[in-house]
Amino acid sequence: MGTGTALAMRLIVRAAEVLEADRLIPITGAHVDSCLYHGQATLDFVDRLVDGGATVRVSTTLNVGSVDLLHPELWRGDPDLASRGRRLMDRYRALGCRPTFTCAPYQLADARPARGEQVAWGESNAIAFANSVLGARTNRYGDFMDVAAAITGRVPNAGLHRSGERRARLVIRLGDDVPWRLLDEDTLYPVLGLVVGRLAGGRVVAVDGLPPGIGEDRLKALGAAAASSGSVALFHVVGSTPEAPTLTDALQGAAPEAEAVVSMDDLRQARTELGGEGGGPIVAVSLGTPHASTAELAEVADLLAGRHAADGVELLVSTARDTLSEAEADGVAGRLREAGAELLVDTCSYISPILRAPNGPVMTDSGKWAYYAPANIGAQVVFGSRRECVESAIAGHVVRDATWGSA
Amino acid sequence: MGLRVSGRLIAPGRAHAPALVLEEPLSLWGGLDPATGRVIEPRHPQHGELVTGRVLLMPAARGSSSSASVLAEAARAGTAPAGIVLGEPDLILAIGAAVADELYGIQVPIAVVTPDVLAEVRTGEPVDIGPEGLTAD
Repeated sequence: MGTGTALAMRLIVRAAEVLEADRLIPITGAHVDSCLYHGQATLDFVDRLVDGGATVRVSTTLNVGSVDLLHPELWRGDPDLASRGRRLMDRYRALGCRPTFTCAPYQLADARPARGEQVAWGESNAIAFANSVLGARTNRYGDFMDVAAAITGRVPNAGLHRSGERRARLVIRLGDDVPWRLLDEDTLYPVLGLVVGRLAGGRVVAVDGLPPGIGEDRLKALGAAAASSGSVALFHVVGSTPEAPTLTDALQGAAPEAEAVVSMDDLRQARTELGGEGGGPIVAVSLGTPHASTAELAEVADLLAGRHAADGVELLVSTARDTLSEAEADGVAGRLREAGAELLVDTCSYISPILRAPNGPVMTDSGKWAYYAPANIGAQVVFGSRRECVESAIAGHVVRDATWGSA
Repeated sequence: MGLRVSGRLIAPGRAHAPALVLEEPLSLWGGLDPATGRVIEPRHPQHGELVTGRVLLMPAARGSSSSASVLAEAARAGTAPAGIVLGEPDLILAIGAAVADELYGIQVPIAVVTPDVLAEVRTGEPVDIGPEGLTAD
């Protein structure tokens, strides 16, 4: 065993001690978040692995890094920081990781673990999606630990890798005052996710009473918001996610330890916290957090409908480089660019200096973006539906529709 | 002698330093500036406090998995806390401390104690972390 692999194994053993696991179990894949630059220590660590001859032994995707490697001209910060970020991304490729550079690896057809598969994933929204929507099994793996698992192919047998730990402890229902028409609006799901995360903290949660068969993009938005406001790593949605055909399944036959009802007032308040007010001018619109799916890119192009973003409004859509190349092939990327949109890959506009005027006001359809951007890049955020975001980009100021009624 | 508790260590090492009690959980990512060692989360009750050379006490770590990187970077920069005391085990911080030890030979011991013990310690009181656990006068 080389010194790099030995270092990775020492970390895995330490993790097993902390979690008081009885043994290590094999994994079939990993998603590594450690490729985002957080200081010299993050480079020193990967150098130790690469120079020590380590390579990953399972199929491993990479999360976003600091820099859009395909469009480096979009970086507006310190060039030295960009070169450090780029070097870190390169070093993770040298370990044998796939250069996917996306926070939504589950949207890549060949990177989706099957139900019951044991994996080691980093990035909070990806962890929530893998566990909840795919039914794969991962704990919340952080920096260093995710790549150590990929190199050793092992994780401690603890937490969400074990069936019993996947049982819902908290059951959340929507109140009778929430109108049914709202359940068919995309924008409900990030708002609900914010509330779910706050209520759940780190507990496994089941959301009951939603219509069956909720689509992946809505579950993605719900999970990303819930994993921002809370430490949610697994949420069941009864009738929609694979371990919850019924509430009894989600609870594994046990009684819930706690129950909560989300009222229309709770939702309105959460939407306001995300940035629900505001009717003034905007300087930017940021879509695609987590990275936009093929369907979401097409929807944005359709909503733009041949119109162009207003002068002075930066319309930014983030996606995976693999999704972008599909969109280039089917013409969607061209339609977006003709409408004035910039397409960002490999990174995200709330973690790197990308926006021309980051202080905003910036409008977004993402609960996660709205949650983190104020502290990360100092943005004043206006939250809205995808349709409101597009109409606002065209108008140059916040445009609201009647989705949430007249407050 | 003061209070003595056999807290479990999830990261090894020794510390003898004044306590800094965090009234709310802190995510080191976005919450601690490794360049200065200060708490930078604006809404945190201990916003502006220096963690360097103090034993950080908090009921639980919070949030981002990138906190491991921030702890290792703070150790490298010489701004890390002398030690950490938690009310529950935290894998992310334990791995951050393990990496600081591996890369730089700098130990940031992390002890886990019961919440009632945590509540006994006040900011400024001297705290010892060693193999035998946590000691506070």
